[in-house]
Amino acid sequence: MTIIDNTATVPSPRDGADHTGPLLEVRDLHVEFHTRDGVAKAVNGVNYSVNAGETLAVLGESGSGKSVTAQAIMGILDMPPGKIPQGEILFRGQDMLKMAEEERRKIRGRKIAMIFQDALSSLNPVLSVGYQLGEMFRVHQGLSKKDATVKAVELMDKVKIPAAKARVSDYPHQFSGGMRQRIMIAMALALEPDLIIADEPTTALDVTVQAQVMDLLAELQQEYNMGLILITHDLGVVADVADKIAVMYAGRIVEQAPVHELYKRPAHPYTKGLLESIPRLDQKGQELYAIKGLPPNLLRVPTGCAFNPRCPKADDICRTEIPALVPVTEQDGADLPGRTSACHFWKETIHG
Amino acid sequence: MLDVTKTATAVEDAVALPADPAPAAKQEKARSLWGDAWVDLRRNPYFLVASVLIFFLLLVAAFPGLFTSASPTKGDLVRHFLGKPELGSIGSEGWLGYDGQGRSVYARLIYGTRASIIVGVTVTAIVTLVGGVMGMLAGYFGGWIDALLSRLTDIFFGIPFLLGAMVVLQSFVERTVWVVVFALAFLGWTQMARVMRGAVITVKHADYVHAAKALGAGTGRILFRHILPNAMAPVIVVATIALGGYISAEATLSYLGLGLAAPTVSWGVDISTGVDQIRVAQHILLWPSIMLSITVLAFIMLGEAVRNALDPKLR
Amino acid sequence: MADLSKNDEAVAAAVEAPVGRGEPILQVRNLKKHFPLTQGIVFKKQVGAVKAVDGVSFDLYQGETLGIVGESGCGKSTVAKLLMNLESATAGEVFYKGQDITKLSGRALKAVRRNIQMVFQDPYTSLNPRMTVGDIIGEPFDIHPEVAPKGDRRRKVQELLDVVGLNPEYINRYPHQFSGGQRQRIGIARGLALNPEIIICDEPVSALDVSVQAQVINLMGKLQDEFNLSYLFIAHDLSIGRHISDRVGVMYLGKMAEIGTDEQIYEHPTHPYTQALLSAVPVPDPEARAHRERIILTGDVPSPANPPSGCSFRTRCWKAQEKCSQETPLLAIPQRFDGLDTPAAHLSACHFAEEKQVVPVH
Repeated sequence: MTIIDNTATVPSPRDGADHTGPLLEVRDLHVEFHTRDGVAKAVNGVNYSVNAGETLAVLGESGSGKSVTAQAIMGILDMPPGKIPQGEILFRGQDMLKMAEEERRKIRGRKIAMIFQDALSSLNPVLSVGYQLGEMFRVHQGLSKKDATVKAVELMDKVKIPAAKARVSDYPHQFSGGMRQRIMIAMALALEPDLIIADEPTTALDVTVQAQVMDLLAELQQEYNMGLILITHDLGVVADVADKIAVMYAGRIVEQAPVHELYKRPAHPYTKGLLESIPRLDQKGQELYAIKGLPPNLLRVPTGCAFNPRCPKADDICRTEIPALVPVTEQDGADLPGRTSACHFWKETIHG
Repeated sequence: MLDVTKTATAVEDAVALPADPAPAAKQEKARSLWGDAWVDLRRNPYFLVASVLIFFLLLVAAFPGLFTSASPTKGDLVRHFLGKPELGSIGSEGWLGYDGQGRSVYARLIYGTRASIIVGVTVTAIVTLVGGVMGMLAGYFGGWIDALLSRLTDIFFGIPFLLGAMVVLQSFVERTVWVVVFALAFLGWTQMARVMRGAVITVKHADYVHAAKALGAGTGRILFRHILPNAMAPVIVVATIALGGYISAEATLSYLGLGLAAPTVSWGVDISTGVDQIRVAQHILLWPSIMLSITVLAFIMLGEAVRNALDPKLR
Repeated sequence: MADLSKNDEAVAAAVEAPVGRGEPILQVRNLKKHFPLTQGIVFKKQVGAVKAVDGVSFDLYQGETLGIVGESGCGKSTVAKLLMNLESATAGEVFYKGQDITKLSGRALKAVRRNIQMVFQDPYTSLNPRMTVGDIIGEPFDIHPEVAPKGDRRRKVQELLDVVGLNPEYINRYPHQFSGGQRQRIGIARGLALNPEIIICDEPVSALDVSVQAQVINLMGKLQDEFNLSYLFIAHDLSIGRHISDRVGVMYLGKMAEIGTDEQIYEHPTHPYTQALLSAVPVPDPEARAHRERIILTGDVPSPANPPSGCSFRTRCWKAQEKCSQETPLLAIPQRFDGLDTPAAHLSACHFAEEKQVVPVH
């Protein structure tokens, strides 16, 4: 057992050495799905960027488009029914959507890796863990089988799997949930990528194991100076590890802010509602604030601001005009770096 | 601490909600899963083609007299092996030619439909009923019923279907349609029991079954209200496809001389005769074979279409 | 109900008797559920057992909410199934108004079932997809026709829909036409239909979106007041556990580690497992991450088929000593706090129980 004092572990963003501008930038991305009942607009113009060494948390509920955006970045969207009608995904300044499949494949796994929620179904049950880890080196680096296994053991040590040498030939089902998620992380790390996308990496795990895995991820991110996109619905996890946060709702980013700012002064009614509606371990409330209504149906996204039917501040303008994601400033007009909000009434929300 | 004054109660909001976020949802009608599947089916061209064909075949089987006034058994040796369809006279007694005994091939085709359809439909009905009930009991109760059924299914599984049917048929002197039905059903029911058992086992662990038990529901209610409706889909699919299989099995047995035999009119019987006479008159083999293939295909297409409509994962 | 046997009648009568507020309505004593592990296909031989629930005792008082928290595999959901008689207990008793319900069957069981209902975790699998909402909520009346006369049922169902905040016009729709939160409301309406006294809630909001969770939690709170319900609320989310519970029990590996009022458990935990669990919960406050002490446990929960000897938590505990592997600690008020007027004086199954504050107090 270790007792960790968290005072010194807040990572600071650092830029990549040989590259100016963000590591990954998503610009005006749209994704739609053609279904039996119509066109579901899953992502409707998402913009975000992440730098080397930085953790961007993408926060949203089911259907907010957070995972679809990540799949579009990885190039693992099912197309059809999925379709990307417009947008750019720039990795080190190059648009991946315009690349040839061959070129994209070189980036996938080597430069950008992904960690999924369900480690058991992401690992092949009939191959040993060592084989699957070693495969990365055999395929991408042409190592021999023996060297690849040595590397696999090293990786398992790195993600703190006890008795790595003895367990390298075990199969995925022989590991516990937490250990499997570590193996997933090891696979993602194998080729030392520049960016890791983690889609709800700890949601399926127990609280005590969750903390172990999140800590490991943060530690390794610092060591390799990787960019990390953490996709989650859990406001608690975000508060623990993120540098900046993008809040998504109905396929749009409704607010972006550095982590401390967001929790202190949300500038969008949805963020505000979410923060107020979660029960707190350290507080006992009588009744929770509840955001009224239901998450939107992507086949029939409300006109204007998608949040307007559930919003306490909604006015006529909210029902007709889609609010743009605009910079948020202090009351006196002073800049608040990194803060944006897509609300007609952001001023009232943050300062009111 | 939470600000209680601004704490809208969830309930009030939710009551106000239906009119609010999605006005379109108001017009949304009640749509059952069966209803959804039906909507899907209607849009599927395979289903349309198959159901038109099957409807037509059923009509022919029920009312052969509507399609021809000729008799399938009255021969006139003058017309012996007269062939060549005459397009000008579609539907007339001789438009598909005559067989070796001078009987109308067209009339025999029309009257032979009945045997095939009766065999297909009754075998499927018996097999689904018997297999379904056995599978349901085995799947739901487990224990010795399940052990017994599973072993029985394994044994039947080891017997090649046609070989088994041949052995059963051999022991009957007179082979009517009903004997063939018995032989096929006797060997076929375990397949359906297996399908039903699997479906029931999947469904019986669903939370809504637990919920019904927690309410105090009896076994009958649980089986017929909760388990059966949710376990039916795979059985319907398998049954539809199997129906085509039973029709072709009947033809195969008749061809081998173990199924129906003259004077019963059946496609299998005619195919059998047709093969003997293939060098002299090809049309006697041709037409019943075409009818048989179309019929089997129609049921398989229907089964596939139903499978696609019922299995939400394939959507 | 003239054809009830004598014993059934006695049970039915006992079950109808009212229980005063604050009196125990459900008493669980040394409840055990062992799932046998077998080998062989024809001749099954028992080679061991998964001790899913291994001697759990607690009381549920009338009108209160007792939270049961713990990680996956700790046996909390099995407890729910045992209380509902969906699984039969290997040993132990569950007294409902003084009647042991673990051995009931037939009509007596049915009478008890009217009074103990359940809300399930997954609203996507707990509603029969082939039944309309009206049929689902009306089914309790079909099973217990004495509760509502036939002509009255449709109105009753619509009333229930209204009570849980759904439009009564939705009565003819099917579950797949609703979102997760709405489905859970339907499940709650079904649970309420028979006007039960106890509702066992098995993680009722964990499958819902964050913004909808609060709605459902508030609804459940409101219904508790309105219908004078007692809740057994099973949760893996400790924050929700705290919010809704009057008292909380913490389970680990089939056993109760600690039980007390929400204040005792969350602010004055004495069992090291509770302390680790609480400290690991991410708090939605980035300011807190700087000065929060986190106890990170090493390793995973051991298999319930082969639990450690003595205290089952000792393999992950930083206080573990020789004694812990030999003596199973009993769930009792720790000696050092016994008789003292301190919130730390509550039931805790640890040889070395001591108070440690891990949740910041405001």
